[in-house]
Amino acid sequence: MSLRTPLARALGLGSAKEGTEHFIAQRISAIASVILGCWFLYAMLTIESMAYLEVTRFIAAPLNSVLLSLLCVTIAYHSYLGVQVVIEDYVHAHGLKLASLIASRFAHVFLAIVSVYAVLRIGLTV
Amino acid sequence: MSDSGRPLSPHLSVYRWPITMTLSILHRVTGVGLSVGLVVLAAWLVQAAAGPEQYQYFRATMATPIGQLLLIGWTFAFFLHMGNGIRHLVWDTGSGFEIRHANASAWAVMIFSALLTAAFWVVKL
Repeated sequence: MSLRTPLARALGLGSAKEGTEHFIAQRISAIASVILGCWFLYAMLTIESMAYLEVTRFIAAPLNSVLLSLLCVTIAYHSYLGVQVVIEDYVHAHGLKLASLIASRFAHVFLAIVSVYAVLRIGLTV
Repeated sequence: MSDSGRPLSPHLSVYRWPITMTLSILHRVTGVGLSVGLVVLAAWLVQAAAGPEQYQYFRATMATPIGQLLLIGWTFAFFLHMGNGIRHLVWDTGSGFEIRHANASAWAVMIFSALLTAAFWVVKL
């Protein structure tokens, strides 16, 4: 016997009702990633050298600080959405799947915050 | 796999390997690879913020043959994931699903990402 009714159990296994938002968020963040990613690779080609002084000067330039922060947040978000689908596809054990999804979310938020913090620190101290 | 002795439906090995399948698999593999690359991007920024000695340590690590190979891999992964992502965006509009179109765009993405990766590193090095 369970405290839960059959209806509650059936509903609990049903649709999450948010697939469309995920689909759209993945596309929008993809478009943003194309723009920011191409800018970043172009910037890596035009930077004078990868030495400490040139790199910190590059990161500290106001527009670069803003674009780098946007890049890190956008790509971390797009990556989170993609890794979520990969986990849902391959990890079938319910508990492990939930744990992986939560760990992935923590890791992605951490990476985004750490990157933006580093950019701001360079931008505000150099 | 099932050990019930019941017949199995034909699986991967009985099909001709289509280029569209290669791209589908590569899209996911490069996506996961780029997610790992996020850690290196964050490390680059953090080490640059940590000062010249820390940054030099990071730079020396990425200058090793393995580091260089990884960076080349990530640029290829970026171009392939971007090219195939644009292919997906076109599919989202409902066009490009004809088999010959899907095959052609798959090859186009392969050639595009190989050429851009080569061009990037020729200019960079």
